Amino acid sequence: MSPPPFQTFLENHRDAVYRFLVFSVGPDAADDCLQETFIAALRAYPRLEDGSNLRAWVLTIAHRRAIDTHRGRARRPVPSAELPERPTPAVTVPDPGLWQAVGELPPKQRAAIVLRFVSDLPFREVGRILDTSEAAARQNVREGLAHLRKEYADDEQRAG
Amino acid sequence: MTNSELADLETVLRRGAAVDVDAAAAAAAVSTVAAADRAGLVDVAVSTVDSPIGDLYVAATPHGLVRLAFDPERMLDELAERISPRVVEAPARLDPVRRELDEYFAGRRRVFDIVVDWTLTSGFRRRVLEATARIPVGHVTTYGALAKQVGKPTAARAVGGAVGSNPVAIVVPCHRVLPAAGGVGNYGGGPQRKEFLLELEGAR
Repeated sequence: MSPPPFQTFLENHRDAVYRFLVFSVGPDAADDCLQETFIAALRAYPRLEDGSNLRAWVLTIAHRRAIDTHRGRARRPVPSAELPERPTPAVTVPDPGLWQAVGELPPKQRAAIVLRFVSDLPFREVGRILDTSEAAARQNVREGLAHLRKEYADDEQRAG
Repeated sequence: MTNSELADLETVLRRGAAVDVDAAAAAAAVSTVAAADRAGLVDVAVSTVDSPIGDLYVAATPHGLVRLAFDPERMLDELAERISPRVVEAPARLDPVRRELDEYFAGRRRVFDIVVDWTLTSGFRRRVLEATARIPVGHVTTYGALAKQVGKPTAARAVGGAVGSNPVAIVVPCHRVLPAAGGVGNYGGGPQRKEFLLELEGAR
């Protein structure tokens, strides 16, 4: 199955990739990551022979961009208050405290949580995107939830 | 942790699925396309041009205008199959084409400077269409006369087929080829559009 015109591919998967990124790297970084993801996809597109699961393919690329973004943040010093004000993000994330905690999870757990609950994908698909088995995807979600219950519940208690 | 608390956490996580991202995603996609174009990754740029005879669907490669159609049906698929799957809506790339078409329909341009990319045609069809491209504005010819011109005087019917296969309507003026028997004959965009173009050019 040869891939469809790139424009069709972009329109079909744009919202899903953007949503994944908003909850993986935050709304501020989602625009740049979306751009990097689809440019990487466009570079590889003519060599793509199997057009059968393009959603998994592009979400795998987005997942790698998200990992790079998190690594970049870890290397960079904490931004000072002098930085120019950023434009207001176009998307508002509900429960920011929880998503902050999700952002601090190990990469595979974070991605598994987002793909399972925000992207609403079955474990088989989550495994495919993370290049792991269905069982390992389940395990990543389970461990991620356990972390969140601990971290997030603790924070909530402190806040309350 | 109890089962109900676990369910609560999942419910809160699932709220992310309901967040409206469409407008932000669409805006990010527009800048993505612009960046892709700057990086030279768009093999076929497509766009739509308004005109008095309806929307025109146009496509350009780095070599020129490769397609001008009245019907977008299957156009992207055909471009992907026959040229490259890197087909992207990049309106800015079609701005020069849009400008010339606007001028043409406003009666301020008689001759197009647009470069045609002939990739989608070849052989006999291409020879016929190149001959069609030389019919001066304000003039018309017949399928039979065009057949003589390409050295196949008995092939008027095949010439009709070649003219009808024109991938770049208007700019390659297949509307200037008429049946010898009279009337405007066939046109991919329908006879009314053909008549409109001939009147605009002062050929009728």
